[in-house]
Amino acid sequence: MTETKRATFKIWRGDVNSGKFRDYTTEVAEGMVVLDAIHDIQRTQAPDLACRWNCKAGKCGSCSAEVNGMPKLMCMTRLSDLPIEKPVRVEPMKAFPIIKDLITDVSWNFRVKKKIKPFKPRPPDAPDGTWRMQQHDIDRIEEFRKCIECFLCQDVCHVLRDHQMHDKFIGPRFLIHVAALEMHPLDTEDRIDELRNAQGIGYCNITKCCTKVCPENIEITDNGIIPLKERVVDKFYDPFGWFWRWLKRRQDRQPTNPV
Amino acid sequence: MAEYETFTNDVLVIGSGGAGLRAAIEASAAGVSVGMVCKCLLGKAHTVMAEGGIAAALANVDERDNWKVHFADTMRGGQYVNQWRMAELHAKEAPDRVRELEAWGAVFDRTNDGRILQRNFGGHKYPRLAHVGDRTGLEMIRTLQDHGVHRGIDVHMEICILTLLKDGNRIAGAFGYDRERGRFKLFRAKAIVLATGGIGKAYKITSNSWDCTGDGHALAYHVGAELIDMEFVQFHPTGMVWPPSVSGMLVTEGVRGEGGILTNKEGNRFMFDEIPESYRAQTADNEEEGWRYCLGDKNARRPPELLTRDHVARCIVREIKEGRGTPHGGVYLDISWIKERIPNAEEHIKRKLPSMYHQFKALGDVDITREPMEVGPTTHYIMGGVHVDPDTEMSRVPGLFAAGECAAGINGANRLGGNSLSDLLVFGKRAGEFAARFARDNSLGKIDSPSRAGTIDIVAREALAPFESHGRGSENPYAVQRDLQEVMQHNVGIVRNEHEMLSALQELQKFWERANHVGVIGNRDFNPGWHTALDLRSLLTVSEAITRAAIERKESRGAQFREDCPKKDERFAKVNTIIVKADDGSMRVRLEPLPEMPDYLKRVVEEMK
Repeated sequence: MTETKRATFKIWRGDVNSGKFRDYTTEVAEGMVVLDAIHDIQRTQAPDLACRWNCKAGKCGSCSAEVNGMPKLMCMTRLSDLPIEKPVRVEPMKAFPIIKDLITDVSWNFRVKKKIKPFKPRPPDAPDGTWRMQQHDIDRIEEFRKCIECFLCQDVCHVLRDHQMHDKFIGPRFLIHVAALEMHPLDTEDRIDELRNAQGIGYCNITKCCTKVCPENIEITDNGIIPLKERVVDKFYDPFGWFWRWLKRRQDRQPTNPV
Repeated sequence: MAEYETFTNDVLVIGSGGAGLRAAIEASAAGVSVGMVCKCLLGKAHTVMAEGGIAAALANVDERDNWKVHFADTMRGGQYVNQWRMAELHAKEAPDRVRELEAWGAVFDRTNDGRILQRNFGGHKYPRLAHVGDRTGLEMIRTLQDHGVHRGIDVHMEICILTLLKDGNRIAGAFGYDRERGRFKLFRAKAIVLATGGIGKAYKITSNSWDCTGDGHALAYHVGAELIDMEFVQFHPTGMVWPPSVSGMLVTEGVRGEGGILTNKEGNRFMFDEIPESYRAQTADNEEEGWRYCLGDKNARRPPELLTRDHVARCIVREIKEGRGTPHGGVYLDISWIKERIPNAEEHIKRKLPSMYHQFKALGDVDITREPMEVGPTTHYIMGGVHVDPDTEMSRVPGLFAAGECAAGINGANRLGGNSLSDLLVFGKRAGEFAARFARDNSLGKIDSPSRAGTIDIVAREALAPFESHGRGSENPYAVQRDLQEVMQHNVGIVRNEHEMLSALQELQKFWERANHVGVIGNRDFNPGWHTALDLRSLLTVSEAITRAAIERKESRGAQFREDCPKKDERFAKVNTIIVKADDGSMRVRLEPLPEMPDYLKRVVEEMK
């Protein structure tokens, strides 16, 4: 038989106008995750308690919230890993506007993505219209493409969370999206200007909080953001590179512009 | 009069999984305006959970593969009640649809010569599944999403559709509400593509998300479209069984494709005990040969763990019923044993099955590189759905199209793993293409005639009724849903008989009564209790359709196993069950002969036997 215990959950209830933590007590069975407790509370005590969820398997990234102050997927947070003798605090993400209870308005993320230049492949390598890539060439972007868009990295990023610079900085999620495109072996697009300007990569001061909360364990900072920063530096701040490009521009211009 | 906001597009796509996104991309490429509504956020639809891969005869790993072999495999797996034309189009077009994903940025695992790698899967003669580790669905949905958002599609997230609207016979629009604020919305369109996915939430143990409530099936049925093959519900052989909170969660067939074996508590590899006649010639009869197949030996036959899902699920049920199950009521699935055969097995498992490793480690305290998993069957997929024209995906209602899981025909009595993702792409594209063509050839249907407005008012009033009912002896929507799931699980599950199904029909009538008296608290702002109440209608409609079709097919075939008619019956070998709504509003079921397969395809089937 499964041993059952009881635990108290302090859940933030409210909307854009006001809200407060309310206590709910529910039974805890072996293997339960925070989302199970939320569902039990919905079924029996608070049917209008709002939370997003879909797959309940850590694959869709819908049930993001803050559990005891840490950004987490509720479906992957085991109660056995929490000190349930104390109340478990569950509240919505802070980097986005509140809609209701545990639900925030994450639509900004979808607007940001739309502005990033899409994938633009080189011409196919083979006459049948296909390409050739080696596994070791795609290993590094396969890491970024594991992203489930839970936006927990956006939630914890101080540029977005504390400074609310949503109009100047795209956040870690979209920096690794750009990294996945820029490092795609077939891609021919150049996104470095935007990274430096509209997308604000300079605002990231590599505190690595995003990496710490990523449920897919993507090395967002080390493998994604820092290499992108290096590309921006190479293009804009390396004096030798700058001189070389200046020289090249001059040479390119000469035939049409004879002295 | 109900208040609502109106949106107008040439084509409206309902659903944002693989089929919906592919349809929307195709329609927008054809130059018409496209709207898309989805119950969840974009990119979260159930496609994201697909693990194993996309079946397509690319012949990158085994050059003997081609569309004919894929066609024959699909028909054999479906026990020959598939719509042959759909199986033919699917086998022929899937390779192009996969290559197209690569052109849109998808990154599949590679062969040594740099092409798309393909893996083994149940019922597929050759390694055929293009994949990315065990997160192929995520790769597919993200590729389609990222490609689609640059094509000017109007996406409305977190919208539920309550009813479709017709002008005379033809489709004219869809009416629903937004989950965020509970406001009503009218979507007018010249053509509508249903791509709403499955029905898993009709069952207690399922791999499906909350939103797989059979909305598309029910919406189409209520406006006069036919449902076909509804008795065929796929129970995936391997779902997690422990701990209880994850029971039903999918364990990819890719585990078996990579060499995983099924054993009972006595350590017996029971899949060797019973191999169906139609698969005997292509199945290994000893462990050694099965393992050589997994290593890519082209002269070896595949291990019995890679028989079709219907058969594997039944063998697992047999082991459990006869007392050879594991402590938590499953059987063992072991991939860790391959360390006896290959060096660096731990690394290999983590690289080929990263999600499975993570899922068991994080949720089940099991390290799959060291110990076996406990697994049992879980409701996974419905082969049945909206009856469509195989070439255009249009239903019997002019202007109403369907693609993906909510449409039917390609899979017959049982779907092969990997054929779903390719189905989404092949028929999603076709549905988008022909919906756009229909939209160009037709004007907008009328909504504002008095009778239409009447429909909208009635639907809106019914939708708000649960707020009125609360407190007056009303039912809890979650309780009705849970009780329905129990009945479907026990009476219309893997092993069926007429007696239990007839009693399920009686129970369903009571659930309709209870559903009419559900009450909810709170207001219309993001209210899950209210949303659950509104989903009951779809769940009840599809549950009744499944039950009636399953009673009508008095035989065992593919996913349907009847203990009271345990054999295949010739009388049902060449018919489909068809469900329609009669004029008096009751649900009718009839048998209809299959379309006759042309000779050139009959020869393909014979050659591949």
